[in-house]
Amino acid sequence: MIDITRLSALELGRKIKAKEITVAEAVQAQLEIIKQRDPDYNCYITVLEEDALAQAEQVQTRIDAGELNDSPLAGVPLAVKDNICTKGVKTTCASQILYNFEPTYDATVIEKLKEAGLIIIGKTNCDEFAMGSTTETSFFGVTKNPWNTDCVPGGSSGGSAAAVAAEEAFLALGSDTGGSIRQPAGYCGVVGIKPTYGTVSRYGLIAYASSLDQIGTFGRSVSDCAAALELISGHDIKDSTSAPQESYRYTDALVDDVMGMRIGIPKDYLGAGIEEEVKESILKAAQVLKSKGAIVEEFELHSVEFAVPSYYVIACAEASSNLSRFDGVKYGYRTSEFEGLQDVYKKSRSEGFGNEVKRRMMIGAFVLSSGYYDAFYNKALKVRALINQGFQKAFEKFDIILGPIAPETAPRLGESLSDPLKMYLSDIYTVSVNLAGLPGISLPCGVDKKGLPIGLQLIGRHFGEKDIIRAAYSFEQAGSYERPTTLTKAQGKEA
Amino acid sequence: MKAYETVIGLEVHVELATKSKIFCGCTTQFGGDPNTHCCPVCTGMPGTLPVLNKKVVEFAMAAGLAMNCKITQHCKFDRKNYFYPDLPKAYQISQLYLPICRDGGIEIETEAGKKTIRIHEIHMEEDAGKLIHDPWEDCTLVDYNRCGVPLIEIVSEPDMRSAEEVIAYLDKLRLILQYLGVSDCKMQEGSLRADINLSVRELGAREFGTRTEMKNMNSFKAIARAIEGERKRQIELLEEGKKVIQETRRWDDNKDTSFAMRSKEDAQDYRYFPEPDLPPIEISDEWLEEIRKRQPELRDEKMLRYEKEFDIPAYDAAIITGSKHLADLFEETVALCQKPKEVSNWLMVETMRLLKEQEMEPEEITFTPGQLAALIKMVDGNKINRTVAKEVFEKIFKENVDPEEYVEKNGLGMVSDDGLLRSTIEKIIADSPQSVADYKSGKTKAMGFIVGQTMKEMKGKADPGKVNQLVKEMLDSL
Repeated sequence: MIDITRLSALELGRKIKAKEITVAEAVQAQLEIIKQRDPDYNCYITVLEEDALAQAEQVQTRIDAGELNDSPLAGVPLAVKDNICTKGVKTTCASQILYNFEPTYDATVIEKLKEAGLIIIGKTNCDEFAMGSTTETSFFGVTKNPWNTDCVPGGSSGGSAAAVAAEEAFLALGSDTGGSIRQPAGYCGVVGIKPTYGTVSRYGLIAYASSLDQIGTFGRSVSDCAAALELISGHDIKDSTSAPQESYRYTDALVDDVMGMRIGIPKDYLGAGIEEEVKESILKAAQVLKSKGAIVEEFELHSVEFAVPSYYVIACAEASSNLSRFDGVKYGYRTSEFEGLQDVYKKSRSEGFGNEVKRRMMIGAFVLSSGYYDAFYNKALKVRALINQGFQKAFEKFDIILGPIAPETAPRLGESLSDPLKMYLSDIYTVSVNLAGLPGISLPCGVDKKGLPIGLQLIGRHFGEKDIIRAAYSFEQAGSYERPTTLTKAQGKEA
Repeated sequence: MKAYETVIGLEVHVELATKSKIFCGCTTQFGGDPNTHCCPVCTGMPGTLPVLNKKVVEFAMAAGLAMNCKITQHCKFDRKNYFYPDLPKAYQISQLYLPICRDGGIEIETEAGKKTIRIHEIHMEEDAGKLIHDPWEDCTLVDYNRCGVPLIEIVSEPDMRSAEEVIAYLDKLRLILQYLGVSDCKMQEGSLRADINLSVRELGAREFGTRTEMKNMNSFKAIARAIEGERKRQIELLEEGKKVIQETRRWDDNKDTSFAMRSKEDAQDYRYFPEPDLPPIEISDEWLEEIRKRQPELRDEKMLRYEKEFDIPAYDAAIITGSKHLADLFEETVALCQKPKEVSNWLMVETMRLLKEQEMEPEEITFTPGQLAALIKMVDGNKINRTVAKEVFEKIFKENVDPEEYVEKNGLGMVSDDGLLRSTIEKIIADSPQSVADYKSGKTKAMGFIVGQTMKEMKGKADPGKVNQLVKEMLDSL
């Protein structure tokens, strides 16, 4: 029998349509792998066993009735980050304060996926309220990097990235506020795409920083990732920041051709702080695209050094407001003993939130407080405008921008939490993309000496998803880099 | 005691009469069982997002234009952050940095004459829910039905100097908003709420005194009492050499006094910042022009038009236009019967009498223009006389009867049967030889007795003109 979970999502979709595999078989195979491997990696907060099998039955009926002929991913199991609302299914944001929260509605992306016949197999671990770069701040324990369980999977969507890497899911949804899809994709050696702000509805995504958050997809190939993105994209009247586009057919861009494509590499991204191995790998990737006919040039992208501070000011400010509703009154965690309303608030929030979340809410409340607003928040907004201008200028000259995802490969567990400032600074290549609202894709481009994946980032102009998908696909087709081929623990067990 | 001047500015919250809430599709209807007029959006469930109701913007623009404001064509929403259980998101979506209307003013008239009260700004925001304390269970419950009902807050400059001016200003606001149809302005239901900022200073002083803010007045009378009370309290403090503390006070109308709620030191920092879930509102010249064109005739214009077009006395025109409902009733009835003076008389005399008697507001009138027009036509066509008409009107007013049906059913129509009238007059003439003799001897007044007796006999259902004519004719022919 074929090893179902090794298939790509699109292959599985085809085999289900061809009646070679039933949806129930696919779901069962997926659940089996999760059962085997998740104790080692802890990708999931919630695994939907019975529910997934019930979904499988319904989807199979729809497939057999010919209702899903136009849906290439019908029947494919998919994991969802636990900050995206699923009706009647716990959605915790990896926080104690929402440890028991069951939304009364489905996020727009969930509705779309269900409509397309995908199977929600479980809810994945992440940093608490998506605040972190390592998935270590989760109330439900850390997720480990499948390529080396002493290392973090990255974050905040570490559970989703690790699940896809460990074959515990064919596809996964994540959210990216400052790199939370692209960075874990890079650390876990999978493909992750964060679309342009406004491409995917945020309705049902529990907000971290509303002006930066965007839902995106993970897959083991550019094709899978693009096919999944195609399903969840689209204008939504429930999200006033969603912007209608003419075409969301990203799979049209799966073309192996970068002839004449103008690619810029920001010199500022390859300067101080970056590991030599990462730098080499990125430059090699650029060479691959150049050899395929792309025009590659280095250039200076200004304001790079201001991206991280302005990102943290804006993100924390919005977070301090967004997370105020979790107060122990209406749902979620409430302290057991209290005297009066103020006490409910103080104790529930003190006990329910973890340290990183508290730190960011305090930073946010501070930068918005009267007397400091102009010095911090307003200044950060001005920097944001400058960063956007810098990108606009670059895109006059280039079709896409190429660079690293992070200065280093996945750090060891525990390393980052002891030095949060270092962790914040490691977001340098990703946050400016969110500040400018641009699309970015992360894909593996090599392995370092420790055997950890190195991620390549391609950034497109607003709604230029197709450009970066085409370049990513072309690079992937070249296949000219070393991949990590086996999983650490799983390898031992399966051998 | 020194002479003091009172300085007052108002913050008026008005609930807009849109069908649905400001950021979701839930109904804005008043009442309803607790938590039945809400959804994930207005209860601030995690992950939900606001979608702006365009009608709210249009209503705010209409209010701004009617109050001579500049419309901010690029305006934005901001978040006002604070913790309270009636605010499920822990922030209110409001406007701080770019409110939709600015720098306006309205003219008020008091006994002292006309005066302009400047409007600092009008901004849009959402209402909060309501906390209900359950004394039996000793717990507090939350009702989110009001949560997300659209509001505009109209902020005046500190231009008022007396309770009289404040009442005139509020009355003017109420009329403008009612005529625009943007709010029903019912204070009892909380759809118009005023917070009063008041300070006193020595007459002629340049600087303002320290102000207090007073909340929780739910009638014009309470507002007048609260102003008087606060003015006295502040003057007493100053006379005793004490200082007024900047604070928020709560008016207790039952105790006729106010209590300090919180001082400036306790004032919250609302940490306002631009609402990231809503893009800025761009108001095009075309949109603004469309709203401008759609502006209905407001009270002042209407009053002048009534005087000119219908030849209604200024006093009457003022009373009728003093309520939009009354003015609508007037115009619609006139359109049906073409008798403006008659309509105005019915409204000014009988309607006012019954309103007073029943202790009702003009807004509570339930009879229709059709009913009043039918009554007027019946009088005009001599189908009933005025005495009967008054009786019928009362029935219309109180019970909404159909006037024609009612007259028919109760046999109140005038007798136009000449034969019956003639035989009745013949009988009266036969029974009144003295009056007949007096008439014949030139005492024409004597005819009045015969007419009176006839009307009495006919139980008022005869046309007095007709009776007069017949009596004269018959007496002369004797």
